[in-house]
Amino acid sequence: MTVEWYIVLSSLLFATGAIGILIRRSPMVILLCLELMLNAGNLALVAFSRMVGNGEGQVFAVIVMVVAACEVVVGLGLIVAIFRRRLPLNVDDLRELRG
Amino acid sequence: MSATAWAWLVLLFPLLGSVVIALGYRALPQKAAGAIGTLAIGLSFACGVAATVSLLGDETHARHHASSLWDYASAAGLDIELGIFVDPLSIFMVLVVTGVSTLIHLYSFGYMQSDEGYHRFFSYLNFFVFSMLLLVLAGNFVLLTVGWAFVGFASYALISFWYRRETATRAGMKAFVINVVGDIGLVLAAFLIFRELGSFDYGEVFEKAPEVFATNEWTIVAICLLLLVGAFAKSAQLPLHTWLPDAMEGPTPVSALIHAATMVTAGVYLIARTHPLFELAPTAADVAAITGLATLLVAGTMALVMTDLKRAIAYSTMSQIGYMVMGVSIGAYSAGMFHLMTHAFFKALLFMAAGSIIAAMANDQNIDRMSGFGKAMRFTSITFVCGALALAAFPGTSGFFSKDEILAFAGARGGMYAAMMVLGYAGALLTAVYSFRLVFRILPGRPCPEAQELIETGHVAHEAPKNPATGEPEDTDVGFPGSEHHIAERNWPMRAAMAVLAVLALVGGLVQIPGVDHVITNFLEPVFEESALAHIHPSAGTEWLGLAVGAAISLLGIGIAYLFYVAQPGRSRQLETRLRPLHTLFANKWYFDELIDVLVVRPALAIGRFANRVFERVVVDGLVSGTEGTVRGASGVVRGVQSGFVRGYALLLFAGFAGLALYFLLASS
Repeated sequence: MTVEWYIVLSSLLFATGAIGILIRRSPMVILLCLELMLNAGNLALVAFSRMVGNGEGQVFAVIVMVVAACEVVVGLGLIVAIFRRRLPLNVDDLRELRG
Repeated sequence: MSATAWAWLVLLFPLLGSVVIALGYRALPQKAAGAIGTLAIGLSFACGVAATVSLLGDETHARHHASSLWDYASAAGLDIELGIFVDPLSIFMVLVVTGVSTLIHLYSFGYMQSDEGYHRFFSYLNFFVFSMLLLVLAGNFVLLTVGWAFVGFASYALISFWYRRETATRAGMKAFVINVVGDIGLVLAAFLIFRELGSFDYGEVFEKAPEVFATNEWTIVAICLLLLVGAFAKSAQLPLHTWLPDAMEGPTPVSALIHAATMVTAGVYLIARTHPLFELAPTAADVAAITGLATLLVAGTMALVMTDLKRAIAYSTMSQIGYMVMGVSIGAYSAGMFHLMTHAFFKALLFMAAGSIIAAMANDQNIDRMSGFGKAMRFTSITFVCGALALAAFPGTSGFFSKDEILAFAGARGGMYAAMMVLGYAGALLTAVYSFRLVFRILPGRPCPEAQELIETGHVAHEAPKNPATGEPEDTDVGFPGSEHHIAERNWPMRAAMAVLAVLALVGGLVQIPGVDHVITNFLEPVFEESALAHIHPSAGTEWLGLAVGAAISLLGIGIAYLFYVAQPGRSRQLETRLRPLHTLFANKWYFDELIDVLVVRPALAIGRFANRVFERVVVDGLVSGTEGTVRGASGVVRGVQSGFVRGYALLLFAGFAGLALYFLLASS
């Protein structure tokens, strides 16, 4: 298999994630879409790593997974906190940052 | 211990007393606060005596010591030290200040008993004594200015002591503002001295001054005139005197201590201290002498017609300080300091006695309502008469010797100064008349209701407290006039303090009798021996002649007062109607307040209003709101983007990223 297929799949996954973030309102789904985008990146990294023939890309992928794990912890924590305070789980309602 | 070590202790005790009373006012019982305050000053006086003894142990020409605790600032050519200068002049002042202060603290211990602000009062009073001692012991012009400003503040705080009384707070502000005018003069003088001589230190300045300045060069005249601005403001000389009568709004012990015995004499001390400079600028010294003379005459006429007891005594204080300023300006240094000392005794005594009478009058100060206190308050009356005798220079009393010594010196210098002597004797006549006017109006005669009450029931008059100046009912939350008034007859601390001062007022002059002894002249001699005027000594014969003239004038004045107020009581009214314009002029204080109002206050207010209307509203507001408008307009453009939708931000992020990627793709191909 050539590397192009991996890149196409990765791009599709990334686009799916990006569109999900733009159109969905549930913070839970947005978090999942973020994961999707990160993993699309991971896929591309690993694919290129194989194409080049060394392991450096895979090291990056592992680091991205660690960052993703941290991000999930913070994100889920926020969601739980929002839920506990009985605020609506809808990102459009949380717009205190409006200028 | 050396003299300087004792002098540092002199400074330490009042400061400690002030801090301890101020910080411990919750824990300390009232009596303890008063006791600590009095004791601190007493200890300070004891240290002053010890310093004197130590100083007298030195050889005559080595009786000056400088001592420094640390350097404030030490830079190229500038060296400012926290340093004191101990010589007979400063020690003399220390003894007068601490001695009289101890007695006045003792008096206040009884007099202020019912005041809610008792602790505050003693804390302020101790702070004042500390500031005054700092002023007299300072070893350079910087520390002098610090002490100078501190006493100004203490005076302000104590004049406005009853701060719910509007007239008192206004009087405090007036005193503060006029004193600041003086402070500016002093500071500018210090700057000029530093520019010309490169030092702030007394020793160095006085040593270098004759080498740098020619006699009457304009710089030294300017320096001395600026010093005089400071001295005149502090010592209530024309035309900066208007704060002193108003300062009588403060409690009576304050009037006795600050506005009679000590602080107002700071100007006299300053002129005596900087006499090497004044001798290089005879023009400035003459200005001072003429101002002193004018003040003593003008204030004398005002004291003649005042109906407010404390204000009448305040004008008399101005007049007596006029004598001192004239004395130290014409070169009669030790005579001026001698008069300063005797005046501190008899004027503090007069104020104390007046305080006792005012308390018996339930805080009314109008002498038109007072009469017959001779029978009602024997002790107070006797001490009041002692003070008045000394003030009127009755033969043998302290004021008799000190005042005549100044005038004798003026006569011995001759020329213009002889004319000053003649006018000085005219002032002495005024002094005798106005002091016994008070005595004859208050003490003899049919007792007024308050005095009658005291005689019959033994009760001190009680009345709803009112402001003596305006008659408004007073807020008693912050103390006096509290529920009780205290008179010397019922209060041993007041009596003790007044008794000591009465004795001193009567016999204090005996230390310096022409041709017999010269205690003060000898003590101060090391300070003034290098003065060019030191060789002028009126001969004992002329001095005795002067004393005889003084005695005659004093007796004449008392006689006139007797004639007008006792023998033919209606006569003073007659004279008043016949000399209506003159009486109006005197009673309105020569319109000095109005003059200053027109010349200074109104223009200042007008400038302020102009600045508010034009500068503030148009220029400043325009700049500020212009800047604000620009920022607001610019931010309006950006604000639209901040929608608060997370998805909106994400879209912007993606769009931006896509845009960048597109750009690089296009650029690379």
